Amino acid sequence: MGLEAKLTQDGFITTTIDSVIAWARKSSVWPMPMGISCCAIEMIAAADPKYDIARFGSEVMRFTPRQCDLMIVAGTVTYKMAQVVRRIYDQMPDPKWVIAMGACTSSGGMYRSYNVVQGIDQFLPVDVYTAGCPPRPENLLNALMTIQEKIGKTKARDYQNRSLKELELSQI
Amino acid sequence: MNLKELITDKVKEKFGAALEEVSDFRDDLCLTIKNNQIVQLAKFLKEDPELEFVMLKDVTAIDWATRKKRFTAVYHVYSFKLNYTLRIKANIDDDPPAIESVTPVWRSAEWYERETWDMYGIKFINHPDLRRMYMPEGFEHHPLRKDFPVLGIPGSLPLPYKAE
Amino acid sequence: MDRIAQIYNEEKIYKKLLEDKNITIDDALENEMVINMGPQHPATHGVLRLVLRLDGETVTGIVPELGYLHRGYEKMAENMSYIEYIPHTDRLDYTGTMCNNVAYVLAVEKLIGIEAPKRAQYIRMIVSELSRIAAHMVAIGTFAMDVGAVTMVMWTFREREKLQNIFDRLAGARFTTSYTRIGGVASDMDDEAIAMTRKFLEELEPSLVEMDKLLLGNRIFIERLEGIGILPKEDAIALGVTGPNLRASGVEYDVRRAKPYLFYNEIDFKIPTYQQGDALSRYYLRGDEVRESVKILFQCLDKMPHGEVNANEPKKVLPHKTEIYSKMEELIHDFMLINYGINPPVGDTYFSVENPKGELGFYIVSNGTGQPWKLKIHSPSFCNLQAISQLCKGAMVSDVIAIIGSLDPVMGEADK
Repeated sequence: MGLEAKLTQDGFITTTIDSVIAWARKSSVWPMPMGISCCAIEMIAAADPKYDIARFGSEVMRFTPRQCDLMIVAGTVTYKMAQVVRRIYDQMPDPKWVIAMGACTSSGGMYRSYNVVQGIDQFLPVDVYTAGCPPRPENLLNALMTIQEKIGKTKARDYQNRSLKELELSQI
Repeated sequence: MNLKELITDKVKEKFGAALEEVSDFRDDLCLTIKNNQIVQLAKFLKEDPELEFVMLKDVTAIDWATRKKRFTAVYHVYSFKLNYTLRIKANIDDDPPAIESVTPVWRSAEWYERETWDMYGIKFINHPDLRRMYMPEGFEHHPLRKDFPVLGIPGSLPLPYKAE
Repeated sequence: MDRIAQIYNEEKIYKKLLEDKNITIDDALENEMVINMGPQHPATHGVLRLVLRLDGETVTGIVPELGYLHRGYEKMAENMSYIEYIPHTDRLDYTGTMCNNVAYVLAVEKLIGIEAPKRAQYIRMIVSELSRIAAHMVAIGTFAMDVGAVTMVMWTFREREKLQNIFDRLAGARFTTSYTRIGGVASDMDDEAIAMTRKFLEELEPSLVEMDKLLLGNRIFIERLEGIGILPKEDAIALGVTGPNLRASGVEYDVRRAKPYLFYNEIDFKIPTYQQGDALSRYYLRGDEVRESVKILFQCLDKMPHGEVNANEPKKVLPHKTEIYSKMEELIHDFMLINYGINPPVGDTYFSVENPKGELGFYIVSNGTGQPWKLKIHSPSFCNLQAISQLCKGAMVSDVIAIIGSLDPVMGEADK
């Protein structure tokens, strides 16, 4: 709205390339729903007509990692599943961000047992943690807005010339 | 009442001394049988025209940590004709624990027995495909035994490497 | 890297898949492919891994692998008291959550030997049937989405949102509520909640008619699903399948009629059954069950008596919060129950209810202390998934997705 008003007034705007790129990136965050268990149902509920996630630009919830920039890990991650989650994370192109949805991904949740990873930050870099079991859809939308703020502060050259560090063979 | 007596009498008639114990707690009939007769009992219960226990609902095991016969295999079978769920128990006393598989009689035992092998370490002889069910193949322990800690053994399951 | 390869090696799965034929590498076009339909997939209803062996587009062999959501429920139950375990049962079948709570609490009450008062039983029936509608809405919506009709998910989730408002009013949470307690329910159902339920039921019937008009006359939908994944009656019984999948194959078995619990023997309802056993009849069956649930709910709301919602057993039932802070005996009972537990008698019981997915049963072995010695969960999705290898042989790859959608597994239950 503000952009079109400016354009009809003078016909041009002056800004930095960084802010234009950041604005484009944050207004069309395409999430990759890693729906594993109960939180996945609340993630689908965040996409239903009542708590529309499409108005934030995240309508396209594609299940292929090569087209997405945000991974929402929703559900309890076990040791067996952790290998799969890491592999999918590595397949996503840069720039990418991660939301840890719910208590199980933040710190293991109510499952203190032999097969549950106590927090996905043991093997993934996480940007935003969401509390709740499961978090309400409004909570997930709040997390998405926080990610959008974070993206709004990045610069275009942050993701240039990154070298692939020594990864283990099973992750390529 | 008649139903329980009917089942108990028929089984006692056929098996006699192999039937070790009959119990009736909270209205559930439970028969304990010697573990080398389990397949014969299964066949009898399925094929007898008055009983017809055609559906095997569950196979599991109990780990009595300090008793001499450490494990007990438990089977739940259901009959549509009598509308009754029966429980069968068999005490396992060997070391390592092993019992014959009832897969030739009830097909659904395949996955239930795989789960019991994974969780308790009880080998089922003549099972067509005894793999682990939930834990990965190379895992060395059996989680539901009483000597396995609930928090797990650190290092038994590897995590992927965090590159940054 | 070696450790990872050592633990996650998959030789045994591939050996089983290739056991009846040999693959040679003389001519690439003459060979069969082995493809992994991995745990992360849009249409596997959770984290289910399928390894398929394909001859072109036809499936010649299939091996499912579970365990990607194994959270250790049965081991944790041995280390916590009966009351502490109620929130865990919520997360078993996470589409229709209150049914699992009711099942667990009824199993523990059978073990102890107490009974909840009549009003609490009616409230439990009402929430069970509302959860059944919620679970079938998810099943129908995601099944139609997998087959290609994406609009259904939006419509059925809109109905679910109204249900979650009712749960919010009743229990305080939208989704995983842990509403039932041993001896009753957590809080009473007030008039506002009853009015909301009635309004929801009156608005549900026209929505169901709309949904039927969208899909059931659609030629593409019917041709896609008719005759796919036929499960004959004897095989369904031999494989231990329960719930809507068994009823769609012709066996009229419903735990609410066979072994009535709560007050289902006073309510008049039909059990829909179909004879064909294919994916289309399972879809029709779930729609019919939603209509039966609406009938049951209207009868329950009319018949509900007034009274208490917690049983009068001070040594087994938690007292009310306001009384703990003002009276001495209630304080002592609360202390003993939370710290030392319920202490049921030594023995074992098995109790099962009719979950939306099938028959959920709990087998509890108690040794007299406040924590169970063993708790086994007979989950319907685990038993239903056993039928996949038989159903998918000879079908095409796109039919595999339709078959899984019609069987409707929930991995939180199947993996425990």
